[in-house]
Amino acid sequence: MSADSPMDNYEKLFEVAKQNEEARREKPRILLGTASCGVAAGALQVKEFFLKEIESHGLDAEVVEVGCIGHCYAEPLAIIAKPGFPAITYGNLDEGLVHLLVEDFLAGEDPCYEYALAAVDRNDVFPTFEDFPRGIYENKLILEQCGYIDPESIDSYIEKDGYRALAKALSDEPARTLDEVKASNLRGRGGAGFPTGRKWETSLKAGGDEKYVICNADEGDPGAFMDRSILESDPHQVIEGMVLCAYAIGATEGYLYIRAEYPRAVKRVREALEQAREKGVLGSSILGTEFNFDLQVFQGAGAFVCGEETALLSSIEGRRGVPRYRPPFPAVEGLWGKPTVINNVKTFSYVPHIINRGADWFKSIGTPESPGTAVFSLVGKVVNTGLVEVPMGTTLRELIFEVGGGLPDGKEFKAVQIGGPSGGCLPESALDVPIDFDSLHEAGAIMGSGGLVVMDEDDCMVSVAHYFLEFTQQESCGKCTFCRLGTKHMLDILTDITRGHGDEERLTLLEELAEDVRDGSLCNLGRTAPNPVLTTLKYFRDEYKAHIEEGRCPARACRDLVLFYIEPSRCSKLCNVCVGSCPTEAIYTRDDGLKAIDQEKCVKCDNCRKACPPEYNAVIKLSPPVLPPEKEKKRT
Amino acid sequence: MQLLEGERELILSTVEEVLQNSSRNREDLIPSLQRVQSKLGYLPALAMEKLAEGLDIPAVDIYGIATFYNQFRLNPPGKYQVKVCMGTACYMKGGEITLESFERRMEIEEGETSPDRLYSLERVACVGCCTLAPVVVVNDDHIEGYVTPTRVDGIMLEFEEADQKEEETEKETEEETKKTAAEGGKNK
Ligand SMILES: Cc1cc2nc3c(=O)[nH]c(=O)nc-3n(C[C@H](O)[C@H](O)[C@H](O)COP(=O)(O)O)c2cc1C
Ligand code: FES
Repeated sequence: MSADSPMDNYEKLFEVAKQNEEARREKPRILLGTASCGVAAGALQVKEFFLKEIESHGLDAEVVEVGCIGHCYAEPLAIIAKPGFPAITYGNLDEGLVHLLVEDFLAGEDPCYEYALAAVDRNDVFPTFEDFPRGIYENKLILEQCGYIDPESIDSYIEKDGYRALAKALSDEPARTLDEVKASNLRGRGGAGFPTGRKWETSLKAGGDEKYVICNADEGDPGAFMDRSILESDPHQVIEGMVLCAYAIGATEGYLYIRAEYPRAVKRVREALEQAREKGVLGSSILGTEFNFDLQVFQGAGAFVCGEETALLSSIEGRRGVPRYRPPFPAVEGLWGKPTVINNVKTFSYVPHIINRGADWFKSIGTPESPGTAVFSLVGKVVNTGLVEVPMGTTLRELIFEVGGGLPDGKEFKAVQIGGPSGGCLPESALDVPIDFDSLHEAGAIMGSGGLVVMDEDDCMVSVAHYFLEFTQQESCGKCTFCRLGTKHMLDILTDITRGHGDEERLTLLEELAEDVRDGSLCNLGRTAPNPVLTTLKYFRDEYKAHIEEGRCPARACRDLVLFYIEPSRCSKLCNVCVGSCPTEAIYTRDDGLKAIDQEKCVKCDNCRKACPPEYNAVIKLSPPVLPPEKEKKRT
Repeated sequence: MQLLEGERELILSTVEEVLQNSSRNREDLIPSLQRVQSKLGYLPALAMEKLAEGLDIPAVDIYGIATFYNQFRLNPPGKYQVKVCMGTACYMKGGEITLESFERRMEIEEGETSPDRLYSLERVACVGCCTLAPVVVVNDDHIEGYVTPTRVDGIMLEFEEADQKEEETEKETEEETKKTAAEGGKNK
């Protein structure tokens, strides 16, 4: 073991990293977004196009697979960094654009600004993402390097001062690290917002010489993908945060609990762990000190409830993921009964920044009670879908309309769903609520792990409540009665309402049941499961009423309450598009040449409505599902 | 589901191999099941029984684990596997209609495999490309966006064509080998 101080050892790593990365930058480089979102949009094919074009032009350029920069609406995306030019981001890449970029920019001198999205760093020629209108709202701390550094190369992370916080911490007592995190007021980003420093301190004080640090990357919210994106784009940031935690509480072993549905994240984290061990920032005698800590990946097997910390522990121990009563909290009695700190991916990601730049800096961002930033995956009916990071305290309106660019197709905003199956639906009137743990809670939603779904006039609130409740109902582990049976009853009632069979009495029952399940369940899965129902009942009661009293779905979304109808006055007899689009051959041509729908055969798939040319727009949805009487012609 | 020819042997040898690399502790159970599934594509009842013997855990416990976690499948995957995204964004854009269309075309229900093992159909939660909703994952690695019922017909047609082509090449190679074998015989 070397006698050098941890900082000396770090500076050596840093120098090597800098040299290696600088050497890489001498060649033109294409940083291609290949996180799952990019791959889904075809990034791997784009990679082939680049390689082919580079070869056919006889160029010497490197194609690097990076993570996600958060502008998922423009995937596949790449940053082209050519010496002598500012690094530029290009979106919506296809074979033609790749050909053009290689020929004109890489082989030539023309950066094709007309196709550019934004520059990476400030320069005199082209605006950056920060110059976008949304730039003033965004503040990227833990997403800062995502998509810009090579997640498969530790040098790329170290060069950006990665692991410097670790060296700094190791140069001092563990208590200093803990004090800094405590002073920063960092709150857990896994949903509940528990103060991280306090959790660590509890573990430290619990005593014993075996302790564990676990990163919760189970991310079960079916509309969220921030944690995955961070692991795929910047895995070392999370690892460094975990090592810092281990140092602060005196742990020697840890796990990253990653969903098995995230194979890319698992692979990148495993590689990152390997490289971290090689560099001596993980494993035994970290940075030349006597501190040892090692990490391994545990692949979760796909159960939402395993995101709950005690269920997660059961699952690592090889049992069914069933939560248990707390206290004792895992910080005192966790994995194999030993003190265990469990934090979310994002929570750990903030830690290196806090150690590097200090608690006061962290507290200067966000609000006093919820310092720092909030990370969301913004999806649904919003123009700029993707990952966003804004300071806590930003309002929902700013987030949706400024950062997200508002709703597409000129549709009317109806609601925003925050916090996934445990969260709630907030209406227009709640849009000025600032985003922080406490304000959202007051409004009836929760911060959750960061899924944010925007809904417009075409989304039915009863059906959305039904969707989330069905999810939690299926994922209930079945241990406690309220959660197992209560959610089932609630779901039955909701199902009836969406089919037009509800009644006022059962609506009251639904509300009572929701409150009982909330109060009577053992873990937060059950306790929060009624939230989507309670918030929609609170803010959108008239929609429930319309279903019950009129058999009408105002959004025309509940399929049992709508029918598809071709408006004869708008139908052009000459066009056959709808007939061809129907998967069940329900559309036929009447004797008079007009098209009509055989309601018996119609599966309400919406194909014909989409297929009907906009100049006619003849297919409409009717709710309640009653045909206009005189037009109820039989098929001849 | 009926075991195919030679499948029994494959199951036994796979379990044997997984057991050899296992510490045989309880904590190794879920990773062991994951390994078996990644080899065989599913968890056949026979494999669970043999694992139970090897790890000295009651078979019912293993079954309990396998049914508790969504990742484990008790049906073999089809040659063409379709997973329909039922994440929030996809649900709102009609994922359910897509799922139903596949059920209609494949003549199986969600969670099932067709008896000839050609098709299997599942639902998954958000695969992270909500912009392309509704989304379908084909054979684990190929993602299709904007899958309307008409596109479902297209995808099914592609499967049928691919399968037919494969059968033809198989037949050709078979005939080829027969021919060469016959010619080889003549030359002797
Ligand atoms: C049903 C349920 C699901 C959960 N899912 C997650 C999850 O996917 N990711 C996560 O970090 N925390 C999840 N949690 C919260 C964890 O129990 C725990 O509070 C969190 O991991 C602590 O980390 P933090 O302090 O950094 O927030 C879930 C809780 C419940 C009740
Ligand atoms: S909800 Fe289907 S990809 Fe996100």
